[in-house]
Amino acid sequence: MKVVVEKHPLAIRWFHWINFPVLSLMIWSGLWIYWANDVYRLGWGQTTLLKFFPDSFYKAFHVDHKLAQGMSWHFVLMWVFFLNGLAYVLYTAFSGEWRYLLPTRHSFREAIEVTLHDLGLRKKPLPVRKFNGAQQIAYTSVVLMGLGSLLTGLAIYKPVQFGWLTQLLGGYETARVLHFALTIGYVLFFIVHIAQVVRAGWNNFRAMVAGFEIQEVSPATGQVLAGPPTLPAADASLSPAKLT
Amino acid sequence: MTPDETQPQSPATPASTPTEAATEAAALHEARVRSRRAFIGLGLAGLAGIGGWRWLLGRPAVEGIPGPLRKVLDFNAGLTNDYYKTTRLAPEFSKSLARPPRSNGDVGIDDEDFDPAAWRLTVQGYGPAARKQEFTLAQIKALPRTEITTELKCIEGWSVVVNWAGVRFADFLKQYPLATRSGQPIANPDQPPADAARYVGMMTPDEKYYVGLELESALHPQTLLCYEMNGQPLTQEHGAPLRLVTPLKYGIKHIKRIGTIAFADVRPKDYWAELGYDWHAGH
Repeated sequence: MKVVVEKHPLAIRWFHWINFPVLSLMIWSGLWIYWANDVYRLGWGQTTLLKFFPDSFYKAFHVDHKLAQGMSWHFVLMWVFFLNGLAYVLYTAFSGEWRYLLPTRHSFREAIEVTLHDLGLRKKPLPVRKFNGAQQIAYTSVVLMGLGSLLTGLAIYKPVQFGWLTQLLGGYETARVLHFALTIGYVLFFIVHIAQVVRAGWNNFRAMVAGFEIQEVSPATGQVLAGPPTLPAADASLSPAKLT
Repeated sequence: MTPDETQPQSPATPASTPTEAATEAAALHEARVRSRRAFIGLGLAGLAGIGGWRWLLGRPAVEGIPGPLRKVLDFNAGLTNDYYKTTRLAPEFSKSLARPPRSNGDVGIDDEDFDPAAWRLTVQGYGPAARKQEFTLAQIKALPRTEITTELKCIEGWSVVVNWAGVRFADFLKQYPLATRSGQPIANPDQPPADAARYVGMMTPDEKYYVGLELESALHPQTLLCYEMNGQPLTQEHGAPLRLVTPLKYGIKHIKRIGTIAFADVRPKDYWAELGYDWHAGH
C-alpha cells in the first residue's frame, strides 16, 4: 500500500532552491572577474594539461571584458549566498536535521561501499536511510566548502582590513588560488549531484520540491517495504523498527 | 548516492481491503495535489526571481552599473570603513622581494609633449580662502622621506611586491596645512580636526585620469606621494615625476603623474568608478 511520507522540511527546500541560482550566479560573475587575470592551469613546467580557461570557452560564453559588472554582482550576491547559507546551517542545527547530515564514524566506510555500488562493482544492497554515508560526507563537505569560499573570498576582497585572515590562508595569492579551486569543486559536485538525482528518479527529486516521498508499506504491519524510513537508522531509540 | 536507488525492488503490496484501497487512493490524491502546488510554487518563485533580476538590470545605471548594485557596493564600503583603522597597515615585505610591476594603462600620461622639468604640483587648498600653492619636485623631496615595500594589487587580480619611496601625504599636510578650512595643520592623522575636508581628489596634468580618496585613506601612514620605485626615480610609464601609492587600495587608485590635488566635501570623481568599479576600491 502506498503512503505519503515527509522527507525534506520546507525551510531546507527553500534554502536549496535559493542557493542553486545564487551559487550559479556567483560562479558566473566570478568567471567575469577571473577572466581579467586568468593565470591558472593544470600542468607542470612547460606542460599544460588544461588551461583555465581555453579561449574557445571564453568565446562561447562571452565571458570577456566584464570585470566591473562581475565585481558588482559578486559583492552583492555574496550577501544572499552568505545569509542563505547561514540560515541553512542554523536551521539544521536547531531543528535536529544535522543528525541526518553529519557524517558518523561509519560514514567513511559506507561511502566507499556506496561508491563501489554506484560504479557497479558491488552488488550488496546499501543501508536504507535518509542520507547514506557518501551523501553525509558530500553534503557536509559542500557546506564547509561554502564557508571556505566565504573566508577565502573575504581574504582577497579586503586583504588589509582582514589581514589576519589573509595571512592565515597563506597570503593574497594563495587565498585566490583556494577561492578558485573551491569553485571548481562546486562544479564537480554539481555534475555528480545531477547524475545521482537523475539515477535516483522522480520520487526522490519530487521530495526536494514538494517535501514528501511515496513509500510502499505493508498494510498489515505498517512496515516500510520501499522508500527510506523517516527517521535515521543511527538513532535507535527513534527508529521505525521499534514502533512496529 | 541518493537513497532511492539503494532500495531493494520489493513487490508492490496492493491494498487488499476496500478501506486500505480508499486510504491509498486518498494518499495518492493528496500527493498529486501537494506535488502540483509545490511545482507551481517553485515555478512562480523562479519567475519572480527572473523578474527581480530583470528589474535590477533595468534600474537606471549609476556610473556604469545598476543603481541598486552601486548602493550595495557603497554599503559594503561603509561596513569596512567603520571597521577601518589607520593603525591597520598593509603587510610590508623585505626589499629583496620587490619586483618591477607591469605597466598597466597610460590614460592621463600618454601626452608626448609632457616636460618633466616644467612640471609643478598644484594643490588647491580647502575652504573659501582658496589658497592655491605650487610645488616643485625638489620641494617635495625636501620633506621627510618614507620607504615602504608593499604588495601592489591590481583590480584585475594580479599582485606584485614593490618598494616605494616618497613623502607621506600626512607629512606633506603637516608641513603645508591645506586640507583644513582654518589652515590649521592636522596634528594627529587619526583624528583630523572638524574643519578638515572629507575627500581628496587628484588629477593628471591633462585631466584625463583622476581619483578620489576619503581623507582617512589619504592620511593613512602608508599613503605616499611617491617619486622612487625599487630604488630608482620613477620612470615615465610608472608615473614620473610624482605618483600616488596607497596600498590599502587597488592599483587603479595609485594615480600616476599627479598634476593637481584638491579637497572636497563630496566624493571627487573617479575615472574607474565612472566605468562601473567600486568608488572606494579599498581593501
